[in-house]
Amino acid sequence: MRILFSFFAVIALVLSAYAGVKIANLQFLFGVVIPYIAIAIFILGFIYRVLKWGSSPVPFRIPTTCGQQKSLPWIKQNRIENPSSISGVIIRMALEVLLFRSLFRNLKTQLKEGKLVYGEAKWLWLAGLAFHWSFLIIFVRHFRLFLQNTPSFIKMIEGLDSFLQLGVPVLYMTDVVLLGSVTYLFLRRVFIPQVNYISLAADYFPLFLILGIGTSGVLMRYFYKVHIVSVKELVIGLASLHPVIPQGIGVLFYIHLFLISTLLVYFPLSKLMHMGGVFLSPTRNMVNNSRMVRHINPWNYPVHVHTYEEYENNFRGKMKKAGIPVEKE
Amino acid sequence: MAKKFTAKPDELSKVDYKPPKKGWMDTPAEFKEHTFCWGAKGKNLDAVNFPNARDWSPAEEDWKLPENWQEIFLEGIRERLGKYRSFKLFMDICVRCGACADKCHFFIGGGDPKNMPVLRAELLRSIYRKYFTASGKMLGKIAGARELTLDVLKEIWYYYYQCTECRRCSVFCPYGIDQAEITMVGRELTNLLGLNTDWIAGPVANCYIKGNHIGLEPHTITNSVEFFLDDIETITGIRIKPTFNRKGAEILFVTPSGDLFADPGTYTAMGYLMLFHELGLDYTWSTYASEGGNFGLFTSNEMAKRLNTKIYAEAKRLGVKWIIGGECGHMWRVINQYMDTWNGPADFLEEPVSPITGTKFENAKSTKMVHIAEFTADLIKNGKLKLDPSRNDRLKVTWHDSCNTARGMGILDEPRYVLRNVCNHFYEMPEDTIREKTFCCGSGAGLNASENMDLRMRGGFPRANAVKYVRDNYGVNMLANICAIDRVALKTLMEYWVPDVMVTGLHELVGNALVMTGEKKRTQDLRLEPLPEKEAKE
Ligand code: HEM
Ligand code: SF4
Ligand code: SF4
Repeated sequence: MRILFSFFAVIALVLSAYAGVKIANLQFLFGVVIPYIAIAIFILGFIYRVLKWGSSPVPFRIPTTCGQQKSLPWIKQNRIENPSSISGVIIRMALEVLLFRSLFRNLKTQLKEGKLVYGEAKWLWLAGLAFHWSFLIIFVRHFRLFLQNTPSFIKMIEGLDSFLQLGVPVLYMTDVVLLGSVTYLFLRRVFIPQVNYISLAADYFPLFLILGIGTSGVLMRYFYKVHIVSVKELVIGLASLHPVIPQGIGVLFYIHLFLISTLLVYFPLSKLMHMGGVFLSPTRNMVNNSRMVRHINPWNYPVHVHTYEEYENNFRGKMKKAGIPVEKE
Repeated sequence: MAKKFTAKPDELSKVDYKPPKKGWMDTPAEFKEHTFCWGAKGKNLDAVNFPNARDWSPAEEDWKLPENWQEIFLEGIRERLGKYRSFKLFMDICVRCGACADKCHFFIGGGDPKNMPVLRAELLRSIYRKYFTASGKMLGKIAGARELTLDVLKEIWYYYYQCTECRRCSVFCPYGIDQAEITMVGRELTNLLGLNTDWIAGPVANCYIKGNHIGLEPHTITNSVEFFLDDIETITGIRIKPTFNRKGAEILFVTPSGDLFADPGTYTAMGYLMLFHELGLDYTWSTYASEGGNFGLFTSNEMAKRLNTKIYAEAKRLGVKWIIGGECGHMWRVINQYMDTWNGPADFLEEPVSPITGTKFENAKSTKMVHIAEFTADLIKNGKLKLDPSRNDRLKVTWHDSCNTARGMGILDEPRYVLRNVCNHFYEMPEDTIREKTFCCGSGAGLNASENMDLRMRGGFPRANAVKYVRDNYGVNMLANICAIDRVALKTLMEYWVPDVMVTGLHELVGNALVMTGEKKRTQDLRLEPLPEKEAKE
């Protein structure tokens, strides 16, 4: 149900782009208007979400400490997993964001004849990393479309990405890795019982959407060629705020673009915001030094307490009998 | 209602991890026997002026909620979204990758899918989506949103009191999503409706009025300590004279009251007394601040702060220079993460310096509170203690890192250093079950009652399983730790799963090994059991 709903939602998106361009000739809508709206929603939505998180304070220092604290000078501190300085936090965060450090810890817990064993479980980490990095590289490669002259670093990335030199046009490895890893991420949602149980439609939808974007892109590049010069004209037009709709771009391109627009709109509304959120996570981006430096809670307020005086009034007799000093005789 | 818990270990260790066919939203919580604690008594809620104070029972249909309970609950969520970035962020960014799923000891030991941290969070997240996000309002169930019904409230209650706030899930989550934080918020929300358990509310009320969870009145505290002193005299021939509420002492000592009350914590308390006496430390106990632990933490931020206030207040009244804290898990989570923020700045105290070694405890220069394992490790490193570890030769010891001190502080190697110096046989449990990946005792965060034994024994199963491993492979017979709850909870846990393993605090072993000035030849350990042969023959 959840899977089908998401699947057909993406199919419906494909069909509407197809119909819109092929039948209703709405090239301008799908090639210019929708992309602009999508980009605007993405940027504003992203900023709004981050600001909204930022507007809630961090009242306490709550890093999850994953190693030895800073303590006596001869005890070796784990400066990264239990940072007591900003530089430690920066390294910790860099490892999280660039290498998915915490996911790398993943274990598979199994119960075998009454004994618990903890096996390696790196597939999610590997597929997750493969997916995100290939996504990023593909994203960067796309900048050749935005610029008249392709900058050298993009050429370099392209060169590396295609160093296998297979086929014509040459195969980009990231294309294969992206589709492969997203397929894996999808399959594990279907076949690992616990993951299946927790998955929502909102988890399948972005996977199908990204699969759709990837597939339409691959089809365009390797199978049903679109007119690349015209595509570049359109994209540069968009980027320079002088939109044009060149003739003869295949419908596949409009489908690709529409799915990307959908992703952009969907992004700030969804869990995809983890991209921004990961940087703000207090359990990871804080220094564990609250015994050294007082952390301030902006909404700290006075509370009712049971004072010593009240306590002594309750127990004065008993205290005196037990030889405990009191304030008032 | 209170039938005895009789399930045998081999029944309990058969866990079925297969989730049910029906989706979790369509499966209401079933209140199974021995998995939940009794409801808070009205008088205990009243003692701290909590709302909706009345006697109630989770097992009954009618929870005696206020008319507008939904409104209160939702308003509570709104308020906390604005107060805690952690809560807001954790409601938003989970991708449901499932990495945390099999990291929770309650899921591992019980197999109930709603004990997967991610699903525990989703129970509340679904409400958040319904009432606070556009997609949830529009798309409802498709977006993972659902109405806040009475069944849903009960479900949240049931599973938020099946989380020990241990943070193991948070270690594995790629965004550090910490279910402990979410559980804390969830429990605050239930407390707005008077839905605490009595195992938590009772100690809270006690602590507020009497100064400690157990409810020991001042003369009972001195009496208990007197008993320890008698035993110490029997063992060492030395009569110790500690002081209480003494003004002008250099150091205030605060420890969980559990150590004054039940074995084996009492032996740890004896260890403290012996160590401080041997050092000639100028310190005092307090009967007013007679609790290091803080069951308020399992109730609400505000309640935790109200209880914690006493420590600094007493330090100020007595005019001490700094504070030493005893062995306790959640107590140290509070001291490390909250105390200074709540009740500081402690500018009336001085930066802690060990009067024995001159070591400055740089890492405690703001809170002015030093962990006793830090204090003792420093003493040993500087050669200030005469130790005879062979007195612990009867014991093959393993080390349990308590969740709070491991993942909410990171005190891992100080106690190990002490341990290696006071005993000769120390074996680590498997790597994936210690340090930051340590497993909870299954009874933390106020779950160590007697009516929820099924839950506790299941939750402690992964810990027990790792202990069993070192028992079978190295003959381990003693499980050491720095947590008062552990000392009580692990004892029960070991009796159930690994019966020949005993439980001890670190300073009990220190007390055994400590060679005191003027002591008689020892023939007994702190449990009044004969010391190993070798020692007796000397
Ligand atoms: C700072 C940038 C980002 C970081 C650190 C990050 C990190 C992660 C991690 C650790 C996971 C969990 C493991 C996995 O399922 O792969 C994940 C999941 C995911 N991320 Fe990202 N991500 C980032 C940006 C993005 C972007 C830009 C997208 C874009 C579309 C994206 C899409 C996804 C999706 C769809 C999933 C869920 C995969 C599944 O369903 O299993 N992420 N991300
Ligand atoms: S590991 Fe983190 S992101 Fe993954 S399901 Fe658990 S809480 Fe969500
Ligand atoms: S904090 Fe501990 S008990 Fe709670 S969900 Fe996470 S792993 Fe389970």
